[in-house]
Amino acid sequence: MLKYLFYLFVFPGFLFASAFGLIVGWIERKVSARVQFRVGPPFFQNFYDVFKLWGKEIILIRNSPYFLFIIAPIIAFGSVIMTTTLVGMSFFYGVGIGGDLLFIIYLMVIYSVSLILGASSTGNVYSSIGAGREMKMVISDELAFILVLLVPIIHAGYSIDLAKILAYQADNGMIIGSASGIIAFIVGIICIQAKMGLVPFDTAEAETEIVEGPLMEYSGPLLAFWKLAHYMMYVFLPMLLVILFWGGMSFASFGSIMAGIGKYLLIVVLMILIRNTNPRVRIDSAINFFWKWASPLALIAVILAIIGV
Amino acid sequence: MGLYNKIIKKSIWVFHVSASPCNNCDIEILDLLTPGYDIERFGIKLVGSARHADVLLVTGVVSYKVAPRLKQLYEQAAKPLFVVGIGTCTTGGATFKTSYNKAGIPLEKVIPVNAYVPGCPPKPEAMIDGVVKLLGTLK
Repeated sequence: MLKYLFYLFVFPGFLFASAFGLIVGWIERKVSARVQFRVGPPFFQNFYDVFKLWGKEIILIRNSPYFLFIIAPIIAFGSVIMTTTLVGMSFFYGVGIGGDLLFIIYLMVIYSVSLILGASSTGNVYSSIGAGREMKMVISDELAFILVLLVPIIHAGYSIDLAKILAYQADNGMIIGSASGIIAFIVGIICIQAKMGLVPFDTAEAETEIVEGPLMEYSGPLLAFWKLAHYMMYVFLPMLLVILFWGGMSFASFGSIMAGIGKYLLIVVLMILIRNTNPRVRIDSAINFFWKWASPLALIAVILAIIGV
Repeated sequence: MGLYNKIIKKSIWVFHVSASPCNNCDIEILDLLTPGYDIERFGIKLVGSARHADVLLVTGVVSYKVAPRLKQLYEQAAKPLFVVGIGTCTTGGATFKTSYNKAGIPLEKVIPVNAYVPGCPPKPEAMIDGVVKLLGTLK
């Protein structure tokens, strides 16, 4: 029991995920700055930002269901912590709880749903548009993401346990070595981009047209919760891809630890480069893309996996 | 508030309020935010909502039509909040000093102001200097 509390609050969970998420957020800002020939922010910038937000006042809207407004970021933050703990447990300790992947699928939707609820409770026009767009993004990327998750599940003998998927890859080589693995990994990276709201699919939070949409009315500590939750997604989503397709991380030797960190950072940098080299798509073209191209591609990967390629 | 002031100096989110300007100062502000000056290295970031802002950059002669809206914007932003008046318009009115429609010359007739950066328009370097001097007064 004590061990699981330690997992939840200290190592892969709350403390580690917040600190490491803010550091990865710095990597994101720094790499973006280098791409644009700038110097970029100092190392502790995200820590300063979050600390400052904790000291600002919270503004509530009088004629609105502000209970929902307050509870939404806290639920989102909690669900992200739980997801990070689950993924981190498999990544660092190699233990699972049995039905990890099913649980992760549900927890990740809770984040989007609380974003929609928090945004639509304000009554702000931009927030409402953002909530509507977020809803459409969930509809479009969810199918492709679940199909992508199916590929490692089928390879590992129809098991939704992350530990079993890792054990399969330790015996038979990484899943990305197979044809279905490569296709699923490519679609997976695109889905992650949409899940996190990074640039080709950041229509919900488009800063230049609907001024951060769902987050517009949030201020102070509640905004800090949203920012932290967003940065913590940088921790667990690439880790999930590493576990599913690249065989996770082993602590056998110094070289294998470095290889694990290298795999993680490679996916993070890939996401940041996609973010910096693409324009924002309209919401209808995003749905088009996911339903007409990404999902059928993922379906092909699933069929290939069933055949055993 | 010593530690908090030390931190808030390093993370300043700016909201740009155009209160009936001639657009000259606004273009200089946009110039300030381009990669050439790279104010992100000081932790300064442009945000789209007054709720997220730490500093309001107000440009232009505040007319009777804009004054109540500016006041409302100031009240709706999360405190602690600083206000910087950009351009000579906010201090003395510049070209518009004899206009019939001026509610805010100087700007502190409408909302409390922490610093002014005069100039028509001020250079981006002058604006960075003004914000840095304002932050230097925080103890």
